[in-house]
Amino acid sequence: MEKTWNNKAWFLVLPVLVLVAFSAVIPLMTVVNYSVQDTFGNNEFFWAGTDWFTEILTSPRFWDALWRNLIFSAVILAIEVPLGILIALNMPKHGPGVPVCLVLMALPLLIPWNVVGTIWQVFGRVDIGLLGYFLNSLGISYNYTQNPAHAWATVIVMDVWHWTSLVVLLCYAGLVSIPDAYYQAARIDGASRWSVFRHIQLPKMKRVLLIAVLLRFMDSFMIYTEPFVVTGGGPGNSTTFLSIDLVKMAIGQFDLGPAAAMSIIYFLIILLLSWVFYTVMTQSDAEQN
Amino acid sequence: MARISLEHIRHAYSPRAQAAGDYALKEVHHDWEDGGAYALLGPSGCGKTTLLNIISGLLQPSDGRILFDGRDVTQLSTEERNIAQVFQFPVVYDTMTVFDNLAFPLRNRKVPEAEVEKRVNEILEMTDLAGMAKRRAQRLTADQKQKISLGRGLVRANVNAILFDEPLTVIDPHMKWVLRSQLKRLHRQSRFTMVYVTHDQTEALTFADKVVVMHDGQIVQIGTPAELFERPSHTFVGYFIGSPGMNFMPVAVEGKTARVGDQTITLDNAPALAGQGRIELGIRPEFIKLGREGMPVSVNKVEDIGRQKIVRATFCGQPLSIVLGEDDEIPTDAKVSFEKHAIGIFADSWRVKNQTAGQEG
Amino acid sequence: MLELRNVSKTVAGEYHIRPTDLTLKRGTLNVLLGPTLAGKTSLMRLMAGLDKPTEGSVFFDGADVTTVPVQKRNVAMVYQQFINYPALSVYENIASPMRIAGKDAATIDREVKKAAELLKLTPYLDRTPLNLSGGQQQRTALARAIVKNANLVLLDEPLANLDYKLREELREELPKIFAASGAIFVYATTEPSEALLLGGYTAALHEGAVTQFGRTVDVYRQPADLVTARIFADPPLNTIELVRDAHSFSLNGEPVIPVPTHLSSVAEGPLVLGFQPHHLFLRAANGHTTPLKARTLVSEIAGSESFVHLDFAGRRWVMLAHGIHDIEQDQTIEVHLDSRHLMAFDRTTGKALVAPPVAA
Repeated sequence: MEKTWNNKAWFLVLPVLVLVAFSAVIPLMTVVNYSVQDTFGNNEFFWAGTDWFTEILTSPRFWDALWRNLIFSAVILAIEVPLGILIALNMPKHGPGVPVCLVLMALPLLIPWNVVGTIWQVFGRVDIGLLGYFLNSLGISYNYTQNPAHAWATVIVMDVWHWTSLVVLLCYAGLVSIPDAYYQAARIDGASRWSVFRHIQLPKMKRVLLIAVLLRFMDSFMIYTEPFVVTGGGPGNSTTFLSIDLVKMAIGQFDLGPAAAMSIIYFLIILLLSWVFYTVMTQSDAEQN
Repeated sequence: MARISLEHIRHAYSPRAQAAGDYALKEVHHDWEDGGAYALLGPSGCGKTTLLNIISGLLQPSDGRILFDGRDVTQLSTEERNIAQVFQFPVVYDTMTVFDNLAFPLRNRKVPEAEVEKRVNEILEMTDLAGMAKRRAQRLTADQKQKISLGRGLVRANVNAILFDEPLTVIDPHMKWVLRSQLKRLHRQSRFTMVYVTHDQTEALTFADKVVVMHDGQIVQIGTPAELFERPSHTFVGYFIGSPGMNFMPVAVEGKTARVGDQTITLDNAPALAGQGRIELGIRPEFIKLGREGMPVSVNKVEDIGRQKIVRATFCGQPLSIVLGEDDEIPTDAKVSFEKHAIGIFADSWRVKNQTAGQEG
Repeated sequence: MLELRNVSKTVAGEYHIRPTDLTLKRGTLNVLLGPTLAGKTSLMRLMAGLDKPTEGSVFFDGADVTTVPVQKRNVAMVYQQFINYPALSVYENIASPMRIAGKDAATIDREVKKAAELLKLTPYLDRTPLNLSGGQQQRTALARAIVKNANLVLLDEPLANLDYKLREELREELPKIFAASGAIFVYATTEPSEALLLGGYTAALHEGAVTQFGRTVDVYRQPADLVTARIFADPPLNTIELVRDAHSFSLNGEPVIPVPTHLSSVAEGPLVLGFQPHHLFLRAANGHTTPLKARTLVSEIAGSESFVHLDFAGRRWVMLAHGIHDIEQDQTIEVHLDSRHLMAFDRTTGKALVAPPVAA
C-alpha cells in the first residue's frame, strides 16, 4: 500500500539529492581526504593518519582562536537577543508606523557583508571616519588598528548593528501572532508589564527565539568577512577568529592538511554546540508540559 | 458589585461618524442593577460586543458616560474599573500550572496566599478541574482551557462586575449544561453583577434575569425571559427568540377584528393604531392549536425533532410553523386556532398597545 | 454506496477509530453525532481518502478505493471554518471546481446561477467573500461543494461558527438542498438537536467507535446502549442505578418506580434506568406517571420552557418543564416521571435491555 503512495516522491527529490551531493557531500569528502594525508604539491599524497588532528588540537594558536570565537559569540548573543526583543516589543503593532519600522529593520540585512565591513572600516578611521574622528575629538584616543580592545568593540558594535534586526524581525513575527484577547485578559487580571512579558509574550516568542539564537550563534561562530575587512584579524592576532585563522592557514601558508583537519574540528564544534543549544532550549519547553 | 449606569452612550469606530447609521452602537441609556444577571443577545454585528467592551473599558465610547455606583468611570482603564472578563476563545498562560493560572489575578493584587489557596480550590472544584491543578495549562483541550478562563473570571471576590463574551462557544453541549447551571447557581450565591454576551437564545434566557435584545446597533427590548417570549415588543425579538421564531403575517385591523386573507380573528382588545404603514399579526408556534376545529390550513411537512414535532404549514398563503408535543397526533384535514392572549399586533415592526388599558398587548 | 469494511485507524499505537463497518447509501444524509474528539473528523478523513486506514478497506459502489488518493475520488468537503478563495468573487468561488474540471462557460454559468439561487447568494455573486457575513461565506463554501457534483459530500460541523438563528435557517434548508442531489452526504455535529432537525440517518460516535447506526429518530428513541442514549440527549440524559424486583425498580430495597409494561420482560437484578429530561413533569399529566421526591438545585428559564436541575438520591437530573417555573433553590419538590419512556440498560455492559416502543 505504501508504494502506490510514495514511490513517485523519490523522483521528485532526486534533483535536490544530486545537488546536495555535488555541493556538500563531495567537497566534504575531499576535506576529509586532505585531513588524513600530507602533500607537497604535484598531486603526491602521503598517509598522515591523525597527525594533523593532534597537531591542531595541541596548538595554542587553535585554542586561542577558539576561545576568541566563543567569547565573541557569547557577547554577541548577550547583546543582540535582549536588544532585539526590546526593540521588537517597542515596535508598533498597527498603523502606518509598521511598514516604516519593518523597512528600517530590514535595511542592514540587505547590505552585502563585505560592504558592511567596508562601511565600518571607513566609519571608524581616525583620519576620515565619522566615528573615529568624533571620538578622538572628544578626547577618547580611539584607534581600532592599534588597540585590541578598540578592535573588539568595533567588530562587536558592527555585528550588533548588522544582525540585531534579524532577531527583531523574528521576535516581531512571534509577537504579532498573539491575539488581542490575551493582552486584554492580562489587563483585566491586573498583570504587570513584566508579567505580560514573562507569561504571554515570551512563551509565544519562544519558537522564533530558538531559531534566532541558533542562526545568530552559527553565523557569529563562523564570522569571517566583516572582521577580515575591518581589522584583518589584528592588531596582532587579537581579532583572529577560527575562520580567519583557517583561511590564513589554508591560503596564506598553503598547509592544506592541517587546514582540512581544522575545518573538520571546526565543523564538529559548530554541530555539537548547535545541538546543545537546540536540545537545551527544546528540553526546557518539553519539561513544562 | 456595582450598579452600572450607561448615560447616552454611543459609539462609532470611525471618528468622522455623522449619520445615525455610522454608529456601531446607537444611543444606549440605561441602568443595570447591582447584583443583576444580564444577557446581551443578538446576531453578530448587532453591537453587543461593542457595548461589552465599553463597560469593561477596553473601548472608549464616542459619546456619553458610564458610571459604577454613581462614580464616573468613563476615563478609567480596565484595571482601574476592577472588573473581570471572560473571552470567547480560551486565554491561558501556557507556562503556568492550572492552579497558578487561577491564582494569577489574585496574586497580582497581593491577596494573602492563604486566601488565594482557598478561592482557587473553590473554583477548581466548581469547574471540575481539581484533578489537574498541578498540570501545565499548555496541553489541555480547548474546553478545559476555557474552563480555566472562566475560573479566572470568577476567582476574585470583590469585582464590580463579571463580563462574559460568548464564553461557551468552544464547550461541548453536555458540558454547556453543567457550566451554565453552575454559573447560575454561583450568581444566586454571590450576587455579582454579571453581563453575558451571546447569540444563543438558550444561553441568554437561561442565564439572565433580564435579557437585553440588540439589533442593528440598538436595544430593541429589555425584559425577563418570559416577557420576551410572551410579549416581544419588536418583530425582531419575536423572530430571534424561540425556535422556530414567531409567525408573522400581514393583517388588516378594525377595532377588535383582525383580517388575515379571507379569515377573521377576533382579538381580546382593540390595538391603538395610529395610521402606521405595515401592520402584522404575530403568533408563536407554541400558541397555535392544531385540531379538527378552527381555520383551514394545509400541512406541508412534519419535522420530528424528538421531544417536539414542528409542523410546517401554509395558512392564507403565508408560511406558518406550529409546535406540537412528542406524542401529539396530527389529524387529517387539520384546522388551526390561535390562543388569543398570545396574539400580538405589530405596526412598522413595533408592538402596538391596546386602546383601552393603555398596556401593551 | 460507500462501505467501510472493518476500517480502523491507529496513531502511535492508540486507536483513533476502532474497527468500524458502515454502509452509506446514495442519496442519503448521514449524521455523525458525538462530542469533540469522538472521532468524527478522523472518520470523515478516512471516508474522503485524506487518511489511509491502518486496517480494513473502503469501497465505493463496490470498487475498492482504499488506496485511491483524495484527488482522484469525487469528494467535496465543507469545514467549520469558512474556507473560500479570498481574492475571487463569490461567482468565481462557486465556479472554481468546474473550471478545474474544464467545463464549458455556458454550463458553468448555468450551474453557478442554479446553486446561487438554491443558497440565496444571487445578490452577492460579484462580491468577494470577505465582504460577506459568516452565513453567506459558509453558503458560498456549500455552493462550491454542491456544484462539484461529488459522489460524497463531507460537512464537518459546517454551522458551528454561525449565529444561532442563521444555523436554524440553514438547518432547515440543508435537507432540501441535499435531497436535490444524488450524492452521499455526511454531516458531523456535536448537537443532538441538529441531528434530529436534519433527519436522515445517524451514526453515534464515542471514543472512536460507532456505537449505533440507523435512522435518526430510531437511534434517538431506541438507543442500543447507554452511551448512545447519552450522546443523543440534550439536556443530558437522566440516569439512576436501581434493582428490578417482582413489581418495581427499587433503591436500597425501597420500591421507586413500578415496572411499566414495556419493561416487564426485564429480568430481576441490578440495572440502570435512563430517561429524557422532558419525560419528567411538575404535575401528574397522564395516567402513566410516577411521583418522585427530588431536591431543586437551580432552575433556568428559556422562554416557553424551564430547565429545573434536580438532585434525586445523589443523582443530578434535569427536568424540562413547559411554562415558566422559577423554583426556589434547595427545596424538596414532587416531580412526575412518565414511565412509558423509560429505558433500561445493563449495569456492566450498558447494553439496552428492552427497546421502548416507537411513538406513533
